[in-house]
Amino acid sequence: MSAGAGSLATSRPLRPGGTGRARAVRRSAGDYLPPIAVFVLAVVVFEYVLGALGIRSFLIPKPSQIIGALQDNWSSGRFSLFPAAIATLQEALLGLLIGTAAGVLVAFATARWASARSFLLPVAVAANAVPIIAFAPLLNNWFGLLNPVSKALMAAVLVFFPVMANVTRGLVQVEPAALELMRSYAASEWTIVRKVRVPNALPYFFTALKVVTTFSLIGAIVAEYFGGSNTSLGRRIVESASAFKYEITWGAIALAAVTGIVFYLVVVAIERLVIPWAAALRGDS
Amino acid sequence: MTQAPPTEPVVRLANVGKTFSRGDQVVTTALEAIDLDIARGEFISLIGPSGCGKSTLLRIVGDLIEPSSGDVTVNGKPARRARMDRDYGMVFQAPVLFDWRTVEDNVKLPLEILGKDAATRDRRAKEMLELVELGDFLKHHPYQLSGGMQQRVAIARALAFEPSILLMDEPFGALDEMTRERMNGEVLRIWEQTGTTILFVTHSIPEAVFLSSRVVVMSARPGRITKVVDVDLPRPRNEDTRESRRYFELVTEVREALRRGGGLDDAAELEAAASEERTIAEGAVG
Repeated sequence: MSAGAGSLATSRPLRPGGTGRARAVRRSAGDYLPPIAVFVLAVVVFEYVLGALGIRSFLIPKPSQIIGALQDNWSSGRFSLFPAAIATLQEALLGLLIGTAAGVLVAFATARWASARSFLLPVAVAANAVPIIAFAPLLNNWFGLLNPVSKALMAAVLVFFPVMANVTRGLVQVEPAALELMRSYAASEWTIVRKVRVPNALPYFFTALKVVTTFSLIGAIVAEYFGGSNTSLGRRIVESASAFKYEITWGAIALAAVTGIVFYLVVVAIERLVIPWAAALRGDS
Repeated sequence: MTQAPPTEPVVRLANVGKTFSRGDQVVTTALEAIDLDIARGEFISLIGPSGCGKSTLLRIVGDLIEPSSGDVTVNGKPARRARMDRDYGMVFQAPVLFDWRTVEDNVKLPLEILGKDAATRDRRAKEMLELVELGDFLKHHPYQLSGGMQQRVAIARALAFEPSILLMDEPFGALDEMTRERMNGEVLRIWEQTGTTILFVTHSIPEAVFLSSRVVVMSARPGRITKVVDVDLPRPRNEDTRESRRYFELVTEVREALRRGGGLDDAAELEAAASEERTIAEGAVG
């Protein structure tokens, strides 16, 4: 019944946490310190190793140069980065919204109607195998180079499939005994959806969401590479690189990375608020 | 049969059969010619080798599976009607608790579906959880409890809406021997306190004898009732019961009935091994 949905996930299966018993461990500052220390150490090592090896800054600038470029081009000048990041984030967010909404809608349809599953899933699998990013220039043509919607739609297309596949699986892969239990209460199909299928699908939904936040940024930035408003991270990267201002290029990349991480952390925070029990089950509350 | 008895059976199975077919071809005859009356307040165990259809029979009584032939009457009405009237409480081998709900909210689930008001739900959930001695765990989540405690929550949930019959499908099959014996004591106490009728599927002979008023012994496929053993052990039953002579005699009687029905051969051995494996697996997870 659920095999079709299972084969949909692109690379690795996106599963919510296992069902081991919870270790009720609260994370303390001490848990976050080691990764932060490693990151800082890596930056420092890069700073000195690059200098010691005599690698020229147009290949890889030193972290200090990148930070300098970020400071100099933060909100003003030809390559102002902060407004560009905001613009790209807005496109990504819009794309995330559209892609997620469409993915959830189609997931409900495929979970509800087995017949829909039989013809939608093969199409979805085939479509998912297409390197969708190749459509970016076309989307720019269709919706206008300067229209942020063309970028948002690129993001939306990337977001759609993981959300659809995972939510479908979450709605369908319900313990058979849970369905028997609900039937023994003479519960209606709608009650089963509300009280069993939807809560069961929530961890799958958030697992997908954590993956597609990154996808949405990738979609927006790559679409920008093919042209668009200059106030966007993609254009800043392309243009600073062709002007040989590599420290600005790297600054833009770093900003994109930070945006992606913040985006991800926001989703994690929402997940903990909405489904605290799932995090507890995984043992990482 | 013709005169209407003052105590009409809660469950009446008349010539019930179940076959599984592929196309027009009958592939398996799971159950054949099952006749059984269960009186109000009885504790009936179904015991038999794996594949004898005892769980299928339980589901036929609960209208989760349709019989291929015969009639199932529950409280004087067809099984479908009884299910719609919420006459059944179900307990499965797995507790089937929802992790997103607290213990208390899990017990309230059937009450929500039945449209009971909030005050009633609160009161009943508390009462039931106190009955299974989990009154201190209302706000816990299922994954914070042990396997035995989870199964007690499942029992509390099954009893919450006062169903007239409790259907239990190997509810303690996944528990270790010590926990299982303690749960046996619990379920007897609950049964005596609530006066509910219980239909209990198990493959443990001692468990069946200790709990039941009658043990229904079934044969290997096709599943038939080969013997009904009346358990005349005095109540209340306790640890002394397990050491009494009569208890051992009855265990032997059930075992011999099982052997005659082909229950204690390779199939049973496999079943025992599988059960042991489950216990081990459960232990590893818990």
